[in-house]
Amino acid sequence: MSTRLAKGGRLIDRTAPCEFTFNGKRLKGFGGDTLAAALLANDQMLVGRSFKYHRPRGIVASGAEEPNALVNMGQGGRFEPNQRTTTTELFDGLTCTSQNHWPSLELDVGVVNNYASRFLPAGFYYKTFIHPRFAWKHIFEPVVRQSAGLGQVPKDRDADRYEQAYAFCDILVVGGGIAGIQAALTAAKAGKRVWLVEQTAHWGGRAPVDGIEIEGQPAEVWVKNAVQALESMENVTLRSRCMAAGSYDHGYVLCDEKVADHTPGDGRPRHRLWRLRAGQIIAATGAIERPLSFAGNDIPGVMLAAAVRDYLINWAVAPGDRTVIVTNNDDAYRTAIALKEAGLEVPVVLDARASVTGELPAKARAMGIRVEAGKAIAKVKGGKRVTGVAICAQVGQGSVLEEIACDAVAMSGGWSPVVHLWSHCGGKLRWDEAQAQFAPDKARPPLNHDGAALVVTAGAASGALSAADVLLDATDAAGGGMAPVATAPQEAAMEPVWIMPQGAPVDLRMKMWLDYQNDVKVSDVQLAAREGYTSVEHTKRYTTLGMATDQGKLSNINGLAVLADSLSAPVPQVGTTTFRPPYTPVTIGALAGEARGEIFQPLRTTPIHAWHLSQNAYMEPVGLWQRPYCYPRAGETHEQAVHREVKNTRTNVGLLDASTLGKIIVKGPDAGKFLDMLYTNVMSNLPVGKCRYGLMCNEQGFLSDDGVVARIDEDTWLCHTTSGGSDRIHAWMEDWLQCEWWDWQVYTANVTEQYAQIAVVGPNARKVLEKLGGMDVSKETLPFMQWADGTLGGFNARVYRISFSGELSYEIAVPASEGRAFWDALLAAGAEFGMMPYGTEGLHVLRAEKGFIMIGDETDGTVIPQDLNLGWAISKKKADYLGKRGQERPYLANPDRWKLVGLETLDGSVIPDGSYAPAPGFNANGQRNTQGRVTSTYFSPTLGKGIAMGLVKGGLTRLGETIEMTKLDGSTMQVKIVDPVFYDKEGEKQNV
Amino acid sequence: MKRYSVFAIAREALRYHQGWEKAWRAPAPKPAYDAIIIGAGGHGLATAYYLGKNYGITNVAILEKGWLGGGNTGRNTTIIRSNYLQDPSAAIYNKALSLYEDLSQDLNYNVMFSPRGLLMLAQTHHEVRGYLRTVHANNLQGVKTEWIGPEKVKELVPIINIDGPRYPVLGALYQARGGTARHDAVAWGYARACSAMGMDIIQQCEVTGVRSENGQVTGVETTKGFIGTRKLGIVVAGHSGQVADMAGFRLPVESLALQALVSEPIKPCMDVVVMANTVHGYMSQSDKGEMVIGGGTDGFNNFTQRGSFHHIEETLRALVETFPMISRLKMLRQWGGIVDMTGDRSPIISKTPLGNCFINCGWGTGGFKAIPGSGWAMAELMAKGEPGPLAAEFNMWRFREGQFIDESVAAGVAH
Amino acid sequence: MLILECPYCGVKAEETELSPGGEAHLKRFGPGSTGEEFEAYMFARKNPKGVHFERWRHAYGCGKWFLAARCTATLEVFGTYSAQTTEPPAEIVEKIKAKRPDWKGTK
Repeated sequence: MSTRLAKGGRLIDRTAPCEFTFNGKRLKGFGGDTLAAALLANDQMLVGRSFKYHRPRGIVASGAEEPNALVNMGQGGRFEPNQRTTTTELFDGLTCTSQNHWPSLELDVGVVNNYASRFLPAGFYYKTFIHPRFAWKHIFEPVVRQSAGLGQVPKDRDADRYEQAYAFCDILVVGGGIAGIQAALTAAKAGKRVWLVEQTAHWGGRAPVDGIEIEGQPAEVWVKNAVQALESMENVTLRSRCMAAGSYDHGYVLCDEKVADHTPGDGRPRHRLWRLRAGQIIAATGAIERPLSFAGNDIPGVMLAAAVRDYLINWAVAPGDRTVIVTNNDDAYRTAIALKEAGLEVPVVLDARASVTGELPAKARAMGIRVEAGKAIAKVKGGKRVTGVAICAQVGQGSVLEEIACDAVAMSGGWSPVVHLWSHCGGKLRWDEAQAQFAPDKARPPLNHDGAALVVTAGAASGALSAADVLLDATDAAGGGMAPVATAPQEAAMEPVWIMPQGAPVDLRMKMWLDYQNDVKVSDVQLAAREGYTSVEHTKRYTTLGMATDQGKLSNINGLAVLADSLSAPVPQVGTTTFRPPYTPVTIGALAGEARGEIFQPLRTTPIHAWHLSQNAYMEPVGLWQRPYCYPRAGETHEQAVHREVKNTRTNVGLLDASTLGKIIVKGPDAGKFLDMLYTNVMSNLPVGKCRYGLMCNEQGFLSDDGVVARIDEDTWLCHTTSGGSDRIHAWMEDWLQCEWWDWQVYTANVTEQYAQIAVVGPNARKVLEKLGGMDVSKETLPFMQWADGTLGGFNARVYRISFSGELSYEIAVPASEGRAFWDALLAAGAEFGMMPYGTEGLHVLRAEKGFIMIGDETDGTVIPQDLNLGWAISKKKADYLGKRGQERPYLANPDRWKLVGLETLDGSVIPDGSYAPAPGFNANGQRNTQGRVTSTYFSPTLGKGIAMGLVKGGLTRLGETIEMTKLDGSTMQVKIVDPVFYDKEGEKQNV
Repeated sequence: MKRYSVFAIAREALRYHQGWEKAWRAPAPKPAYDAIIIGAGGHGLATAYYLGKNYGITNVAILEKGWLGGGNTGRNTTIIRSNYLQDPSAAIYNKALSLYEDLSQDLNYNVMFSPRGLLMLAQTHHEVRGYLRTVHANNLQGVKTEWIGPEKVKELVPIINIDGPRYPVLGALYQARGGTARHDAVAWGYARACSAMGMDIIQQCEVTGVRSENGQVTGVETTKGFIGTRKLGIVVAGHSGQVADMAGFRLPVESLALQALVSEPIKPCMDVVVMANTVHGYMSQSDKGEMVIGGGTDGFNNFTQRGSFHHIEETLRALVETFPMISRLKMLRQWGGIVDMTGDRSPIISKTPLGNCFINCGWGTGGFKAIPGSGWAMAELMAKGEPGPLAAEFNMWRFREGQFIDESVAAGVAH
Repeated sequence: MLILECPYCGVKAEETELSPGGEAHLKRFGPGSTGEEFEAYMFARKNPKGVHFERWRHAYGCGKWFLAARCTATLEVFGTYSAQTTEPPAEIVEKIKAKRPDWKGTK
């Protein structure tokens, strides 16, 4: 029976009863319980099923290393699978269910895998399910998938929110045990800015449980005083329930603070993810006890010895009435003594060591506990819980000497330092023969940005296991000083025991579990070695050892020791697998943080954004901007709205929010020279007051951006870029100015967001501006491709006579703060002239009707201006411009390149987006040859037919030819090559 | 080589699996081989396998400085697809996909190729046009892909949110033949088959120099001594530049860190592979039940196999928007690999300035899916001394000519 | 997650504030250069496993480009310096030589 004792329990509050359910059963616990402690208090030994064989699984550990006791927890938007019960704080109303079984935990049909386990060794699936070909996907894999997986699938959107924060410190101490506390005290007293984080809700770690005395006081008292001292220091920040998940280069540490896991729905963020930058990290992360490998070591009721002690002392829970202890070290005797002191029975301590001499065993013997040296467990008896053990000699093959009834087994195979944070950034390990453990090799630490040690370890994480050594090591790690004196019994040396008994035959080895969750046994590792998967990484991947949700915290060292033994190699030669973050799994919501929904990426909006939304505009993302695609009216489809907007712009007047257009000021004595390098044409000779269209290429020669440049004054130009291009182009300009032509006197400023820019477009455009009144916008004063400053309707405005539609068009820039007011004023003034706003799709149709290219449609990063018949915009006089040399390369200078043409179907229908023009024959790889493709294709409401632009081999030399183009269904259509300017070929409308 | 089958397993079970032979031998290097391949990752092993299978060249050594399959073969997100835009890419990736379809049977090793279907979400109008272009191109290339609407996306991926406030799903490029395979098994299957043909896979053997005479390769210096050869294939993603340096030429390749992560395993909830390029994230569910998630590359040279964490955060933000239910799953493990990036992000399978020395590199973020096709093409190049049609356009001189094979054009730039 | 000190504004900038820009000290080859020269300028980037000189922009800070000397194998930073120079400053070169005796120099 696993029960709650009437007395004790240093962490529970008996005045705070909690009710919770497990698989629908109503159970009771106390505040301060972990879910695992509360389950054990209710005699719930069986808590889950293993991954592969669906074997019964019970609680093994008391902390983050627990491989078995994972549950589905919560409901609805607070449902979470794979919740580790040993680190889950109990709260009133908690609901959870066990995982990986059908139909029920007690009766799981998946357990047939267990009976067939002999036929399902490591890697069996690589060797079978091969024939017939379709069978893997259609028959075997679905079965494998259904029986694998652990927790249930969350169905609802997460009801919680997550916070993220930055913090900086000189020293981050990870681990709130006595080592961490002492390190923090030492560093804080030296004046360092210190953070101390602890993954559990409690300070002090193991020391209070283990009965350590520090400075003559119980550890608990010392811890309490030390934490109070730290709390009172201004240079110290303490965070409990805060797990350092990973250390990254240059002192970046990710810490997951579980703010409200134990108080769900209280309005606080559930987790707070700290991104700490630490000058140095002190990993006082302790050590994890190792299981022993004996047959039946996975039966519920077999637990780590220290965990049994934790449950007893921290939560007053006795996992069994009669607990057999099995060990290879002195520490496990603490458990025997604690059990005995609590009035529970310890029938025997089986110590694999031939000679047992330490102070703790002596004390146990003195208490009347039977200690058997050189003995081992041959086999644990029981199914869904332990009923007894068969005892044998550790040497030999496991002949049973005696059977002892018991309901729990506490095992200890020694301790492994928690070296994760040390290893994440490349800290190396050394094999410590005496403790049979991998410990940090202090001579080869992970390196910080300055080449100094990024991480130091303190206490048990360094391999120091006695309290006195722990405190000395922690003091040293934090810079040195006086360490408090700890007193604890002297411990004799442990002896490594990798399998029990030493000569166990294969039928026993097939029952010795290394990885409880993934069902990896000693025999599996030996099989991997036999088959040549001898690298530790091969063994891991072939057997899945250490790949479960505990990431091998219990299994890795035992597994690689078995591997080393199989290869007759020393353990350090086999090495370890790579430690990767996070230390324990981190909720993805916490990593995503508060950036959710509309702002999951930065959101850029124009000053007129709210108006667009108020008109139910259909918005589309353009980079990080949101722009209106069209403004559908009631009953209109998007397509109908676009057609209406285009027609109205052609016949009356349209209004476009062009504020996203990039605007970069380039200024200085050398600005003209600079722009002549940047653009393919000449900008230096542009007269003040005039505008000129220009193209920019990258150094490869490919067209990168385009736009209209205005000469503002003698040494100032304003460069318009595409909406998506402004930041990229500004960075590009600065790159050349700072890194190549740093002696040129040029300044740039990206003023894109400083101005709202509104295009008033259409035959009535001038009337609208004249209605607003102010500056002269007549053809004479402000002709096409000029600009002027002035006022319009009382607004200070800069007006550009430029057109991307072929219509009479003014683009008007006003200060961003006045953008909305100006937009409203235009709407009011335009009402009588039939003014309607139009969106980006209307813009596209209007420009396509005119044969204007669009960066991103006609270009795709492999197109040069020459391909687009834009040779007129490439200066022949200039010796150099960015991209000129690139364009001279043979493949770019090839006259056979595909060139821009207009395309029309014979029946006026619209060519499908993305359509290609096949050419006769096939290439060497059997692919159909091609001779062109469509780049923009629309229905032109103005012309009442489909229009398109495309790139075709031979270009306009093939004017009038008919070619085939593909449809999505694989058939083709007849398409005629025409002039790409479909509307107002002479350009009269824009020039009125 | 003893064949694997359900009967073999039954036979071995009766004797407690004591009779399985080694999947591959662990030989000492011979003084010389007809061909040496540096790098026992998927691409190197596949090259060796097809050298033997297609050209009868079996006196081959594959040298590996670490453990076989331990580079990017063992640390990718296992996606397999061939829906590439450009002809040369579509040809080699589709060859790879065709070989993957029969690979388990060919190697007698279950690589768990699972054509579960693959979606590339279109989340802007611009992306819609890009993927439609790909569908048209694929049709002409003999690669079966289709365009599907948002409702069909939702039907294939019930856990997806198609109505996000920023980037609603407008449709997807769907390749039903795409899917995943067990990445380690691909390396192990090829290794076992190579070993069975008599080839020597020599692990823990680092190449430290390349020896040549009169412009022709003659062998390699290694940590296990000099090994002679008349043909050398360099297939060492991540360290291509380092080995090329030993062979006396420079490559247009930079090494960057690429990251991935898995969640804790849950019961099956997503059958297809989903890629969302606008928001930078992709996800599939492994047979074990983990959600396998890929992120972006860092922008700076890095050999540490560790990436920068903010990329993971960005990826997860995007995926929480796309699949809201993953918010309450937990990240179990994250890792990084070193990928080769060329000037056009497409690979190099090429002769080199050194005679009889050939290189296969530059697979960027997409190497796993190419393994069989890459090996097939590289074997042809090494056997004949000249590239076949699959490799021809991936020569290392294309950059000088300006003949890019640029796959990013489907994504294009924002307008 | 690198930290690089911006030599202009003095801020110890975290990687998320910075944009990487590839190899430093490139010599531009424009019209008139040979195919080999242009190819080398555009594509044949140095990719050492070890000491590397590279360009960064303090993009979400002062906006300045600067150069950094960094080890690509350990991510140790030897120093950052002005972008307006054709070779690394002597003091950084000395520092690298002291820390990486095997380093073959900038060539």
